[in-house]
Amino acid sequence: MSVPEMQREISVSQPAMKPMDTSKLKLQTGEPPRSIFAVEGVDFYYGEKRALKSIKLEIAEKKATAFIGPSGCGKTTLLRCLNRMNDLVLDTRVEGEIKLDGKNIYDPSMDVINLRRRVGMIFQKWNPFPKSIYENIVYGLRIVGINNRRYLDEVVEKSLRRAALWDEVKDNLHKSASDMSGGQQQRICIARALAVEPEVLLMDEPCSALDPISTAKIEELIHELKETFTIVIVTHNMQQAARVSDYTAFFYLGELVEFGETGKLFTAPDKRQTEDYITGRFG
Amino acid sequence: MQKPSQSDIETKVAGNKNRDKLFGVVGLLSTFVGMLTLAALLADLATNGLARLQPHFFTSFPSRFPAQAGILSAWVGTTLVMIVTALTAVPIGVGAGVYLEEYAPKNWFTAIIEINIANLAGVPSIVYGLMALGLFVYQFRFGQSILSAGLTLALLILPIVIVSTRESIRAVPGSMREAAYALGATKWQTTSDHVLPYSMGGILTGVIIGLSRAIGETAPLITIGALTFIAFLPDAPIKAEFPFVSFEWLWSPFSVMPIQMFNWVSRPQAEFHLNAAATGLVLMVMTLLMNGIAIYFRYRFRKRIKW
Repeated sequence: MSVPEMQREISVSQPAMKPMDTSKLKLQTGEPPRSIFAVEGVDFYYGEKRALKSIKLEIAEKKATAFIGPSGCGKTTLLRCLNRMNDLVLDTRVEGEIKLDGKNIYDPSMDVINLRRRVGMIFQKWNPFPKSIYENIVYGLRIVGINNRRYLDEVVEKSLRRAALWDEVKDNLHKSASDMSGGQQQRICIARALAVEPEVLLMDEPCSALDPISTAKIEELIHELKETFTIVIVTHNMQQAARVSDYTAFFYLGELVEFGETGKLFTAPDKRQTEDYITGRFG
Repeated sequence: MQKPSQSDIETKVAGNKNRDKLFGVVGLLSTFVGMLTLAALLADLATNGLARLQPHFFTSFPSRFPAQAGILSAWVGTTLVMIVTALTAVPIGVGAGVYLEEYAPKNWFTAIIEINIANLAGVPSIVYGLMALGLFVYQFRFGQSILSAGLTLALLILPIVIVSTRESIRAVPGSMREAAYALGATKWQTTSDHVLPYSMGGILTGVIIGLSRAIGETAPLITIGALTFIAFLPDAPIKAEFPFVSFEWLWSPFSVMPIQMFNWVSRPQAEFHLNAAATGLVLMVMTLLMNGIAIYFRYRFRKRIKW
């Protein structure tokens, strides 16, 4: 389903049930956003096992899209297809096309290094390098030969401010990143990804190992970041999906069951399975 | 089956506890066997050899007169051979380890290579000596030289270096590689900026354990024709005139400490046996020192890196 189609559907749908507090969910108004990613009939195999089945969806630019679903439903697999991190997993295979700005990222002419610089990633378990905070953040720049100290200093400050971490660490930039708290380490990873100025930020359950306060900080951050970046977030926490995302895709057993505007999906899902999942009847 | 009574279970638990204690005692005794052997060996070498460890022992060539004989040519030979061994085995071993772990596709061919490397570690060292005699000494015409000896021992310890390199880089969490790849790093950037630095402690440990194995090797060096009596030093590597460095020493005949020891032990005069004990003591101390350095490196690198 394309983004404009979804927009139209939203305007005609009526909330049929109220599974959760929906006061924060607002319906979209105005011009439909441009789509940046188009997933066109993607199948994914781990060996013989088909983990994704003919997935079709579009991801809107400068919006947050959430992938939800029970464990093993394929949401993380799809996320990791978007920057081809699955290339690193042995014995896997992708069929179909994923287009970034109209260009298939699985085309042999696509440079995977450039793709990953355009599509950054945050992982479930924060993974700063065992180096200083500063060196963590500038790593993406150093590997393309940017070593100008003044420029790097600027990028570090800007990235840390964007990650809402500058005030906490500005006096400790040369301390080891692994000495920080979990929530700070995850925000260092976010700052590190932002430093290369990606267009899209993929987040794979970024808060699942964090305490509620750190989680709230990161959710707040996602709200700010989507002004500038497109965000795709995988989450097990449905309240989180409802809070941070504009669009939500519900996956089950490798299939995309339902995809739509978050407010609608959580208040008036079209499919019985979606309703059962978000009301906690299974999963 | 009938449910066992409470007292049955208690008897069984008491029996389990006794077996537990028994193993503790057996384990302790087994540990002592190793420790006591090492201690007895050191004590024996020390009582026999300590008196010989005078400064002139290190600065004299071997001699017909036991009291005047020294290990100058042997320890210089050992040092130079070890330098050649390290400079050859480290880059090749680490390179092979990195390739197999990070680059190589996982298929039947690499599986065969892996099995062979594991087998190579078990090949008797004298077989390496025979191979080196044919290959380095005659085929490549390196002669009975320090170069041939260094290369032979490098081949001997290559499996140790490769295996320890692979184990250390396997211990680097996959999340570090993912973090680098997600920022647009290439495979080589990921390896050289992260995987290798983070596994350096383990790699160095493997290298030093390999070298401390090589330092005591005798058989392959006798096979390639190491001298047992040598009264001159190899050409100096540093020269007074341009170009200031010389590699002539690589082609020099040589002896090493275990061979010097072997030579003295096989003499009939008891006096020479004291020299052999003293050489053994020096060799043991050098090996223990190298292992100590390995432990220090492992400790320091582990402490510095937290995931």
